[in-house]
Amino acid sequence: MTDFLLPVDDDELTQPFWEGCARGELLMQRFTASGHYCWPPRPMDPVSRTLDYEWVPVSGKGTVWSVAIPHPPLLPAYSEVAPYNVVIVQLDEDPNLRMVGNVVESADAPLNGVEPHEVEIGQTVQAVFSPVGDMFLPRWVRV
Amino acid sequence: MLKDTTAIVGIGQTSFGKGLEDSELSLACQAVSMALDDCGIAPSEVDGMASFTMEPNREVDVARNVGLGDITWFSQVGYGGGAGCGVVTQAAMAVATGQAEVVVAWRARKRASKASRPWANVAQRLEDNSQFSRPWGLLRPVDEIAILMRRYMHEYGATRDHLANVALAFRKHANRNPNATMYERTLSREEYMNGRWISEPLCLFDNCLETDGALAVVVVSAERAKDLPQAPAFIHAGAQGIPPQHNTMTNYFNDDPLMGPSWAAAKQLWKYSDFGPDDVKVAQLYDAFSPLIPLSLEGYGFCGRGEGADFTDDGALEWPNGRLPTNTAGGGMSEAYVHGFNLVLEGVRQIRGTSTSQVDGADVSLVTSGEGVPTSALLLRK
Repeated sequence: MTDFLLPVDDDELTQPFWEGCARGELLMQRFTASGHYCWPPRPMDPVSRTLDYEWVPVSGKGTVWSVAIPHPPLLPAYSEVAPYNVVIVQLDEDPNLRMVGNVVESADAPLNGVEPHEVEIGQTVQAVFSPVGDMFLPRWVRV
Repeated sequence: MLKDTTAIVGIGQTSFGKGLEDSELSLACQAVSMALDDCGIAPSEVDGMASFTMEPNREVDVARNVGLGDITWFSQVGYGGGAGCGVVTQAAMAVATGQAEVVVAWRARKRASKASRPWANVAQRLEDNSQFSRPWGLLRPVDEIAILMRRYMHEYGATRDHLANVALAFRKHANRNPNATMYERTLSREEYMNGRWISEPLCLFDNCLETDGALAVVVVSAERAKDLPQAPAFIHAGAQGIPPQHNTMTNYFNDDPLMGPSWAAAKQLWKYSDFGPDDVKVAQLYDAFSPLIPLSLEGYGFCGRGEGADFTDDGALEWPNGRLPTNTAGGGMSEAYVHGFNLVLEGVRQIRGTSTSQVDGADVSLVTSGEGVPTSALLLRK
């Protein structure tokens, strides 16, 4: 197990997303009636007020929208690797799709492997899937 | 309409500190009791109670200790620091509609209490919205606002010097307020710039204090207020706000994350007000973190979009000569952080004319609650 925080992996709403990550695929919730993407996922589409959606693969390409560099005091697992970068990545498919993540050297690289000040707004990134505990979290490499 | 039909007539507060011996319940009861003494109303007359959903003390416990009468109306407002002015607004609504005649509203908090640091008490498996941010190490409220501020700096050219303007102004005010935690501790720009990082681009001095303490106010009708010993602070307008697609502190997932809940609350506040931003002589803006000040200045219409950082230049927030003396008791960053409820009391003192940094002719006083979460605001007048 890991001391990093993890999402629940057995929630009906999000389970397909995490299963996609485990397969190395970035999926987004898209409502059938409107074609509207939603992140974070939700039961109802605020555009069409319908409930039918599918999880569709997206390119995994995006741009760093912002970055912060946390320093301790943090939860112990995070303090050990601080300072590290946390980014918000804007996906190419829709500017309103923004995901919280980290820029790393590669899927298996440590959270603090990238000098955090080298991560800048506007950098283009590609999703990778990092094993954390029994799950895979989307993180980002610069391209 | 709510306008001027009710008033804050009593205020009470305990001392502020770290590791106060009294329990949170004791602190709450002391503050409520002092607020009642301040306006000369007997506890048996209190029939309404309002607080935060995060308030640790139940109505029944406060009522039993202070000796309150039949409570016919009670209410709580959610979203932590966004609640304060909403709590008072709801108290005013209860009085205005006759659901209660005398309402006490309070907040008590001890930093050592478990509820004070929710981010440090999370389960390993996250079920709520935080599952989309915390696994990547965006853990604390300061991290959540730091990442928003970095974007703000990128879009509008704001710098750490602007944030220092905020921290230094509030510290100067605290240095004039003997009840403030930072009364005896000055802060220079150099000290600010050398402050240790908490979450870049934010340093220690961009953060509020952690405080033990309690505060309370008493709300009655404007009619009743005229017969009481203290000058009433009439509640001219009160508003709450949740904008479309809002997602609390991790508000990154909509069209315009830099346009926070202040904008929604402000629309409602000014709509039912005889005044506009230009009429406000003094403001208490919620300051859990310094970036909330430029965001709030924009939201409440003191300047245009993207101009909030520049607004803070030239001592604009400083008593006595600034354009808008702000957080005149020191605010959450230098007086005390009791979820912003101390800002409500300072807003009242400005109307009474009893602030330690009293603004001349302060006949309209704005108080706001937490920007970045579902929020609220109060406009008080003489």
